[in-house]
Amino acid sequence: MTIGLGHYLSVAATLFTLGIFGIFLNRKSVIIILMSIELILLAVNINLVAFSTHLGDIVGQIYALLVLTVAAAESAIGLAILVVFYRNRGSIAVQDINLMKG
Amino acid sequence: MYQAIVFLPLLGAIIAGAIALVGARARFPGKGPVAGPENGSVDHGAHPGEHHDAPGVHGSAVIHSSFHEEEMHEPAAAGSRAAELITTTFLMISMILSWIAFVDVGFAHHDARVPIFTWIGAGDLKAEWSLRIDTLAAVMLVVVNTVSAFVHLYSIGYMHEDPYRPRFFGYLSMFTFAMLMLVTADNLVQLFFGWEGVGLASYLLIGFWYQKPEANAAAIKAFIVNRVGDFGFALGIFAVFMLTGAVDFDTVFAQAPTLTGKTLNFFGWPVDALTITCLFLFMGAMGKSAQFLLHTWLPDAMEGPTPVSALIHAATMVTAGVFMVARLSPLFELAPNAKTFVTLIGATTALFAATIGLVQNDIKRIVAYSTCSQLGYMFVAMGVGAYSIGMFHLFTHAFFKALLFLGSGSVITAMHHEQDIRKMGGLKDRLPYTYIVMIIGTLSLTGFPLTAGYFSKDAVIEAAFVGTNPMALYAFICTVAAALLTSFYSWRLIFKTFHGEPHDRKHWRDAHESPMVMLIPLGVLAAGSVLAGLPFKEIFAGHGVEGFFRESLAFAKTNHVLEEIHHVPLQIGILPTVMMVVGFVIAWHFYIRRPDIPVELARQHEWLYRFLLNKWYFDELYDLVFVRPTKWLGRLLWKGGDGWLIDGFGPDGVSARVLDVTRSVVRLQTGYLYHYAFAMLIGAAAFITWFMFATGGTH
Repeated sequence: MTIGLGHYLSVAATLFTLGIFGIFLNRKSVIIILMSIELILLAVNINLVAFSTHLGDIVGQIYALLVLTVAAAESAIGLAILVVFYRNRGSIAVQDINLMKG
Repeated sequence: MYQAIVFLPLLGAIIAGAIALVGARARFPGKGPVAGPENGSVDHGAHPGEHHDAPGVHGSAVIHSSFHEEEMHEPAAAGSRAAELITTTFLMISMILSWIAFVDVGFAHHDARVPIFTWIGAGDLKAEWSLRIDTLAAVMLVVVNTVSAFVHLYSIGYMHEDPYRPRFFGYLSMFTFAMLMLVTADNLVQLFFGWEGVGLASYLLIGFWYQKPEANAAAIKAFIVNRVGDFGFALGIFAVFMLTGAVDFDTVFAQAPTLTGKTLNFFGWPVDALTITCLFLFMGAMGKSAQFLLHTWLPDAMEGPTPVSALIHAATMVTAGVFMVARLSPLFELAPNAKTFVTLIGATTALFAATIGLVQNDIKRIVAYSTCSQLGYMFVAMGVGAYSIGMFHLFTHAFFKALLFLGSGSVITAMHHEQDIRKMGGLKDRLPYTYIVMIIGTLSLTGFPLTAGYFSKDAVIEAAFVGTNPMALYAFICTVAAALLTSFYSWRLIFKTFHGEPHDRKHWRDAHESPMVMLIPLGVLAAGSVLAGLPFKEIFAGHGVEGFFRESLAFAKTNHVLEEIHHVPLQIGILPTVMMVVGFVIAWHFYIRRPDIPVELARQHEWLYRFLLNKWYFDELYDLVFVRPTKWLGRLLWKGGDGWLIDGFGPDGVSARVLDVTRSVVRLQTGYLYHYAFAMLIGAAAFITWFMFATGGTH
């Protein structure tokens, strides 16, 4: 069995869905949300790389590298925010974060 | 000179008003709309010892305590004496000048027209401020200023316990100014200005003791009943403007003869233009002069201070209606049907008010009904075309009725604000001077020979006898019957107040004669009540009318009333005097010789007694016919129209629905991060789906 484009895309879609559900079904920690976002971005990267090799276009892989960079920066900022938030509020549980309630 | 006559009272009113305002600010520091806190504290420091209590406490004490108590507690406003002196002096000057004007205009024939400035110039409508000084105005000037000046003087004594004298004198002078504006008016709009001005002053003065709920109610009643009349008056002015295109008297009177026979479309009916106009104008007179159907406010107006009753509700303002008919005599003379109606109303009022006067127990109300009745006499004279005789009765009535009111005021002060004649009695020993002047006033009112009332009243009755309109005979019968009743109730008042046994020994012993400043006006008016008749008989009711009034009154060619009253049979001539004597004898018999008879009579004719005591149930009738439906309608519009419809579905309803929507929208904002993220995802998915399907089709 050769591993074709479809398989890669299936893995990416699975990861994406896991990421989405990770965001919605998670009541525990904001860190999990950050991790889920990472998952989503990785799913996108897999898509980009898969299409890049499939179409023989290198731009996709370069773009994937760019996404990785941005994701790293985003995680760094996110975690920094979380540290400050924990200092202020004493909790990073998702159900405790409802200050935006109308 | 004429400007001085008219505007001196206004100046006095302004000065007294300013004093009252300054005093009010000093009294309630920081409470007025203008005075800031700093202002108030400065004033507070300026008058130490006058008001150490907090303003809030003071204010509530005024509202809760009855006005007698309050009179004693509260210090008089600063500058009271100055306000009294200024207004009274100005009025005295005005009075002297008016007498000069009276002689100058009446006998030297120096009519004047004093333009002041243009008031309204809008298209065809032109109204000037100008003073029309002819004999008619001069007579009114004399009446108004004389009575007003002496009422001012009297008020200094009568109101000396009241803490708000500057306000009182300001109002009195303002009233006088408005009345002078009314009588000197050169056009209908200016007349209307004065007309409303006196109405306002009347409202303010009836409600002068605003802590008394009855006074406020009476003031509002007077104002509203007058609005009914004024509505007609305003329609009359509109009709005049529509017919002649002008409101100034000269133009209107010049055009009046061309209007006979013209018709006016009134709710689809062609009616005689002049008749309907005159009826509308007379409606205003009915309101102001408290004639039958619109009379209900006058007795209630007695809630005001007694000098006010004397000035406004006896001598001057209520005669404005009579004056207006006389002023518009060129119109009325051309509308015989309107004159018939005037006669009918006048005669009915004369008799009707007299019957009520028979059984009233409040000293001022008796005099008030008597005023109402005498105004009826004046309108009878107007109605039969004897304008000068109506003016004559107005002239004499002003003196003796003001005298009776001021005398009543003297009695009321002596009895410590007791107005019920059943609680008086025997006062002639304690108040000899008041007793004498009241007797003089009563003699004049009942038409004792050679007093002022004798000449004018007899002339009115004779005019009614010779009158040619269909209601003249009715008017004659009514006025003669009313003369009998007048005599009876007037003497009843005297006997119950001054004769017999004192009802309350303690009060009787405490009763004391009024101060000099109140007795002088009484003396002057008493002299007027005697002397205002004979010297003026010729010029008002005799052969001198033509030469005296000249063109200020109009008499149609067919109007021979003034000539014919000289030829009435002797029996008719002495009839009023006979009636007066009969009334006196009955009153004497009832209240001096056999005081048990009236009690017995009232018991036997319980129904009639109640009917009269309750003023023919007019107040109850109006309450049922007008007040209740109006209140019902008002309530309906308030609760149903405003509360249910507009608040439910109008602006308030819309805002309430918006609130409902936002309340549920707010519930969407849970504050949980994942809800927002979910919403974003759904949104993004929806957008992508839409792009795929909407734009995908075009590829």
